[in-house]
Amino acid sequence: MSRTMLLVGTRKGCFILESDGDRRDWSVRGPYCEGWPIYHAIHDVDTGTIYAAAASEWHGAGVWRSNDLGESWELSSEGLTHDGDGVKLSKVSGLTAAHGRLLAGAEAVGVFESRDQGVTWSLLSTLEGQPGSDTWNDPAAQPPGHLGVPAILPHPSEPSRMWAIVQGRGIFETTDDGRSWTPRNRGLRADWPLEDPEVGYCVHKLVMSPLDNDRMYQQNHVGMHRSDDAGHSWVEITDGLPTEFGFAAAAHPHDRESFYVIPLDPGHGRCMPDGHAAVWRTEDAGSSWRRLDAGLPHQDAYLGVLREGMAIDALDVPGLYFGTSTGQVFASADEGESWNEIASYLPAISSVEVAVVD
Amino acid sequence: MADLHLPPTLPRIFPDLPRRLDVDAATVDEAIDRLEERWPGLRDRLCEPGPVLRRHINVFVEGERASLDTALEQGSRVDVVAAISGG
Repeated sequence: MSRTMLLVGTRKGCFILESDGDRRDWSVRGPYCEGWPIYHAIHDVDTGTIYAAAASEWHGAGVWRSNDLGESWELSSEGLTHDGDGVKLSKVSGLTAAHGRLLAGAEAVGVFESRDQGVTWSLLSTLEGQPGSDTWNDPAAQPPGHLGVPAILPHPSEPSRMWAIVQGRGIFETTDDGRSWTPRNRGLRADWPLEDPEVGYCVHKLVMSPLDNDRMYQQNHVGMHRSDDAGHSWVEITDGLPTEFGFAAAAHPHDRESFYVIPLDPGHGRCMPDGHAAVWRTEDAGSSWRRLDAGLPHQDAYLGVLREGMAIDALDVPGLYFGTSTGQVFASADEGESWNEIASYLPAISSVEVAVVD
Repeated sequence: MADLHLPPTLPRIFPDLPRRLDVDAATVDEAIDRLEERWPGLRDRLCEPGPVLRRHINVFVEGERASLDTALEQGSRVDVVAAISGG
């Protein structure tokens, strides 16, 4: 019988939640990775390896890997460096496995690759030459934290094609494996002055429909947006949502018109509005939205969910999952129609990914 | 030989690394080289490009704050300390 595993990255290590195909009863194991802060943990379906991107205040950034579904772990940062140019690598975050390699986004801006299952790394691109790149490592131009590449979206069938998010700048696409990039932000809104209309957008999360690689959705700092041409142009689809702000997003595996988001209060709180926990779903590509909250707390629930905090599996009736910045994990075995709290007391959660393994 | 003392976070990453060991080195930097030879990857846990010690890693030689260039004598006590930070 297949196992459903949730890989949960937290501020105090990686945890694994396990269930069977019914996804009703869950067990928790961990913490793994020696309690290092984990920003994103993923499962590579081709190799069966689990990877967890980490950054320790004491010991720097690295990627943990486990070849036995979390029983044992090794850490490597060999090659994860902006050697020689004085730029510090402070964090590695968004991981993705595709086409026989592992990709990692880093702060300062960098896309790294590993072709030996996370043992060694090399710098693929710093997106040098893109509009604004001359200042994005300038300390005076930094937002709170550090500018970087939080996520990389690979094309599923074209190995040299991918999209990278640069924080506060927007989406960039390469079709030649990082040798050149093109901004893909046309149609996005910015509620602040732009020096160059091609860049300066705050993209939080980018997802692609598995059924149609031209269909993309993004949760932005100021609105939800859809693209029907693989990011060449965007239309806003925020109407019907309680706020324009949020981080997490997920695309339905069997319906190209369906897409999930978790709107948050855009102020300092960045929690679900009015203390009412909910995931919102569109089934018509953003023309309308429906609140999914059965089984979620309806009051006094000031929950935050970060960029990688929601995941969906690809079973016949997809399961949807999200983890909060206060350590709860909620699961739905019926594509969001009803929910259960399956972990309550984990450390602050950065990421949730799902894997179905035999 | 210098008398090297390491923080408890390191043996949890590097199997068989003791908290205390003798190393034959003329500077702190060389002491870290000796560790790297036996436990590959360890230098990156203590240093960043420059090279310099990581911001939250402190090294003391005979109780005095040290840098990578600090010289070691026969029998010098070297304490590598992870900063008291976090929560």
